[in-house]
Amino acid sequence: MSTALTTTAAPETEIIHGFSLWSDAWFRLKKNKLALFGLGFFLFMICICVLGPFVTGYRYEDTDLPLKASPPLDKIISRVETLKNGEVKQKNLALSNIEDEFLELPRPERKAIAAKLANGEQYTTGNIHYEPSNRRHFFGTDALGRDLLTRVLIGGRISLAVGFAATLVSVLIGVTWGAAAGFVGGKLDDVMMRIVDILYALPFTVIVILLMVMFGRNFILLFVAIGAVEWLTMARIVRGQIISLKHQEFVDAAVSLGLSGPRILFRHLVPNVASSIIVYATLTVPNVMLLEAVLSFLGLGVPPPLSSWGVLINEGASAIQTSPWLLWIPASFFSLTLFSLNFLGDGLRDALDPKSAKD
Amino acid sequence: MIKIIVGRLLQLIPVLWILLTLTFFLSKETPGGPFSQERQASPEVIQKLNAYYGLDKPLWQQYVGYLQKIVRLDFGPSYSYPTESVNEVILRAFPISLQIGTLAFVLALAIGVTAGTIAAVNQNTVWDYLPMALAMAGICVPTFVMGPILALVFGLKLNLAPVSGWYGLDYTPLPPMVMPAITLGLFYSAYVARLTRGGMLDVLNQDFIRTAKAKGVPGHQIVLKHAVRGGLLPVVSFLGPAFAGLITGSFVVEKVFNVPGLGQEFIKSVFNRDYPLIFGTVVFYGALIVLFNLVSDLLQLGMDPRTRR
Repeated sequence: MSTALTTTAAPETEIIHGFSLWSDAWFRLKKNKLALFGLGFFLFMICICVLGPFVTGYRYEDTDLPLKASPPLDKIISRVETLKNGEVKQKNLALSNIEDEFLELPRPERKAIAAKLANGEQYTTGNIHYEPSNRRHFFGTDALGRDLLTRVLIGGRISLAVGFAATLVSVLIGVTWGAAAGFVGGKLDDVMMRIVDILYALPFTVIVILLMVMFGRNFILLFVAIGAVEWLTMARIVRGQIISLKHQEFVDAAVSLGLSGPRILFRHLVPNVASSIIVYATLTVPNVMLLEAVLSFLGLGVPPPLSSWGVLINEGASAIQTSPWLLWIPASFFSLTLFSLNFLGDGLRDALDPKSAKD
Repeated sequence: MIKIIVGRLLQLIPVLWILLTLTFFLSKETPGGPFSQERQASPEVIQKLNAYYGLDKPLWQQYVGYLQKIVRLDFGPSYSYPTESVNEVILRAFPISLQIGTLAFVLALAIGVTAGTIAAVNQNTVWDYLPMALAMAGICVPTFVMGPILALVFGLKLNLAPVSGWYGLDYTPLPPMVMPAITLGLFYSAYVARLTRGGMLDVLNQDFIRTAKAKGVPGHQIVLKHAVRGGLLPVVSFLGPAFAGLITGSFVVEKVFNVPGLGQEFIKSVFNRDYPLIFGTVVFYGALIVLFNLVSDLLQLGMDPRTRR
């Protein structure tokens, strides 16, 4: 109904709507295919990491030692042995390792049995019965026989959660610090920015490593420690923008209306800086994830059996010759996510801040 | 100029003091002392060791005594290397990290500046998109993925360089510093390339470049003589942070390639709770970073007259 009305309305009476910054930015972002792809891929990654572990059918910490280090999509052979006392023992074996079961047989026979099982046929020798099962590990298993797909998805949850939470911490500290320094100005500004300068010169990875070792491998601390080291650039950006904004007329208007300082700052100034904050926050997330992965790689990340992408890459790197998929799969998840975030961040910068657009 | 140098050097003092105080109290707060692990010593022995290293005094006395020693550049004995002092450990391990870091630095600058300049000159063509896509890939494939891949290809398949260790490895054509340096250098060259492209584009769109074109200066001379000086400014200001990154990056590559450099010693000292070695390496790193920021500032002053005001 309403659409019909607007289309029949005379063009002269139509009100011209100005574009808000956000709709304008969205319009520009939509034209940037790479950034849109980044956004889509990133949302997809969040979805599969959050929902995926419920549907893989395996738990991330369940080990299945006889099935260790099986390659992706390998067939699982169920081996059922009936003992003399009537007891039945069942374990899972990987098809690629099945020949080890028949080491006493000559090679061609071993191959024949493996080929039969690969075709889905059953095989029985003595009191042992081999039967191909329908279950598979989509990405194979790690050195302890844990399902890699589930571990990659759980690891993604951790890595993304660290990325978001630490970025949030850094945004909160950085925006408050920078906005206060820029708005108040004078001596306070000098002191606050001198502190930022000094903190800039500290070797921060070193400090995060110290924190992680000193206080144990605490999950919350990981967020806070990383967030606490990433806020400095944010503070500088926000301060610079606040200073350039605070002498404009709308601030004078707010002052003459009798609004309080904090209200002017947080209701009138900070929203005007929001675009820079969003852009820089988007680019902080991949940095934080990288830092988390470095810590995990050095053995300072989340405690086992939990996984993160850094932990999985570390495990995979040490087994690169024997089971390369343990490196390739988590590394591709990690790199593709960083890719998409960086593309999105670059695109957002061009969309929200047309002045900085490269061309 | 001199004011800036003096100011920066004065900044060294609060930076190092904060670092020291932070590390000192953080490490004292933690459970477990340097002698509480592995072999369990008798209480008398532990008491004697604590007395020898001054760990039985009140905390503030340890702190003051430690600061006094630092002022004289004496980092004290190491717990985990009974025969070596911290100064000796740093002197032994740092040259190794320095070799890797320097080569990586040179590689990063050479590859990054070349790729970034090519991209800027050929803006919005294949020669822009290709180097920039590679640079993005370089940023998104971290060193601890790149390292094992390079080790597998160049070390184990092609046998060009050793993949693990440092001493006595002369059975391959290349010395052991090459692989870690390439791994680190490639990662930082990606950042350098992006900065170079941005800086060069800013400069190439300016009027004096158009003037140079108008009076018929050949293209390569415009780039090499006129644009480089302004275009590389963002890269120069990145040198300080890049150096800090090379240091922390060395933790990873030294682990990947099992190199006994300062990064490995730092990580080991942290796990062993070897306090003097932790303090020593942290202070050393802090001083290096401040000095490198100073060098990067001075270079910027030399290249950009606008910042001299």
